[in-house]
Amino acid sequence: MVEAKKVEFWRWPETSWVNPDVDWKKGKFVTAGVDVGSVSSQAVIMVDGQLYAYSNTRTGSNSPDSALKCMNMALKESDLKVDTIDYCIGTGYGRVNVPMAQQTITEIACHARGANFMYGPEIRTVLDMGGQDCKAIRCDERGKVMKFMMNDKCAAGTGRGMEVFADLIRVPVWEIGPRSFQVEKEPPMISSTCVVFAKTEVVGLLQEGVPENEIMAAYCAAMAHRITELLNRLGMEEKFAITGGIAKNEGVVKRLEKELGVKATDKVWHAPKMRDKGLPFDTQIAGGIGAALFAFAMLERGKAQSARKA
Amino acid sequence: MISAGIDVGGKNVHIVITRNGTILAKVGGPTGINKAEAAEKLYAEALAQAKLKREDVSQVVATGSSGSRVSFADGVIPDAAADARGVIKLIPSARTIIDVGAEEGRAMKISPEGKVLDFAINERCAAGTGTFVDTMSRALEVPVEEMAKLSLKSTKSIPMNAQCAVFGESEVVSLIHQKTPKQDIARAVHDAIAGRIGSVARIVGLEKDVVMIGGVAKNPGFVESLKRDIGMEVKVPDNPDFVSALGAASAAAAGVLEEKVEAKVVEKEQIEEGKA
Repeated sequence: MVEAKKVEFWRWPETSWVNPDVDWKKGKFVTAGVDVGSVSSQAVIMVDGQLYAYSNTRTGSNSPDSALKCMNMALKESDLKVDTIDYCIGTGYGRVNVPMAQQTITEIACHARGANFMYGPEIRTVLDMGGQDCKAIRCDERGKVMKFMMNDKCAAGTGRGMEVFADLIRVPVWEIGPRSFQVEKEPPMISSTCVVFAKTEVVGLLQEGVPENEIMAAYCAAMAHRITELLNRLGMEEKFAITGGIAKNEGVVKRLEKELGVKATDKVWHAPKMRDKGLPFDTQIAGGIGAALFAFAMLERGKAQSARKA
Repeated sequence: MISAGIDVGGKNVHIVITRNGTILAKVGGPTGINKAEAAEKLYAEALAQAKLKREDVSQVVATGSSGSRVSFADGVIPDAAADARGVIKLIPSARTIIDVGAEEGRAMKISPEGKVLDFAINERCAAGTGTFVDTMSRALEVPVEEMAKLSLKSTKSIPMNAQCAVFGESEVVSLIHQKTPKQDIARAVHDAIAGRIGSVARIVGLEKDVVMIGGVAKNPGFVESLKRDIGMEVKVPDNPDFVSALGAASAAAAGVLEEKVEAKVVEKEQIEEGKA
């Protein structure tokens, strides 16, 4: 039987990183945050509140395995063992199924806390564009959540919606943003809100011979418009930062900024030390960072006991 | 008097030609990309089937979400009006109509004369439409017809968490991975849409007889789920997907070339507010 080779255009690459400048053995507390989302899972390891290692992986069919996989990947290049972690907090959609976690905290609290660390204390509005939901969060200067608005009922405006589109138009998901700007003029946005109906609309446009790049622009614009509605409902206060996977898609981000009339904070570390060293900045690890920071704060204040086994 | 009704929906075109209320021809087919062309082609087929020439037809009325694209129509009426006219001809005791097509789900309360009294619609979202069933049948790798039969065998209700068709697809896949019997998944899918449509119907109020039409009415698994959801008997006429076209033809015969119907659009609240 001849089987057609199936290319999965939504399949974004998994990554991991270890900070060569941090010696975990010299630290007092090693904490971890494991964010098991519906589409992606991240593990973040911090040593006394300093970023030590992280991974960004695709969530598998069950949460415990996904948590183990991303933790192992984060520690792949390190001599640190899971048993050496003092405290681990699980977050995200699958947070109750993180085997190595001592506690769970909602991803909303973790994303706000993580964005505060990544982008700085001036952030008042965090937009977390996740795989299966989209949240707009208002927070204070410590990254504490004041209120939030969320859409988790509909795929329009989520990472999953973008993956479905990538598969349909047969373009790798990370190329969609850049290619959406390679157009002569900005086309009208895809008019269907529903991802399923948008697919039909896109097929129609392809058959009419509309250039692929224009269709990508039209799709990114529709997604930006959808997310604008959410932010307008919440009420936007500057500064504004974006976390999650869609934050990496400039095609959506730039159009969102244009529609809002507000620029999102640059995707660079707020801490000068981290910025100057050019440490990798991954918008998908905000939840994991927040969780690891919560764990560190709890140990430091004596609100939790170290669970270190080795 | 010979008249024709052309229903151009999201996915299919249905055409009925009648002489003094008796059906001479009925033809259905996919809209394809060019809906106007599809309507034109299928109308020619319907005329051939009825052994008629264009000039034999005194009046043509179009309906459906793309009814206005039918260039050869003498008039266009809203689909709710066409539904009501078609249903009352077939089932005079009908007071509530539930019409679930490929891309819309709607419910109407009608008078004994077939006038639309109240009308609610779920649009712009695939949840609660035939497209939802199609999507799930692909995920389940079971044809829609087969899925209908399977779901009737199930005695177990598994609630689906996802309302969205895209998320529903992942949910069906994970139910398959959990080795949930396909018949129970099929029923879960039908229950999910029935729940959505049931809540649209409750907006207009459910009064018997409840009649279901549209392409999804051909799915007995869904009809069962709908009966369970609303707790009432549901009547389904023969060829439920042609009822709207029949209603348009009946409007044409009555010389009704336009009609107004006020709709309550049901926008499911998707944004939730949370307190920290």
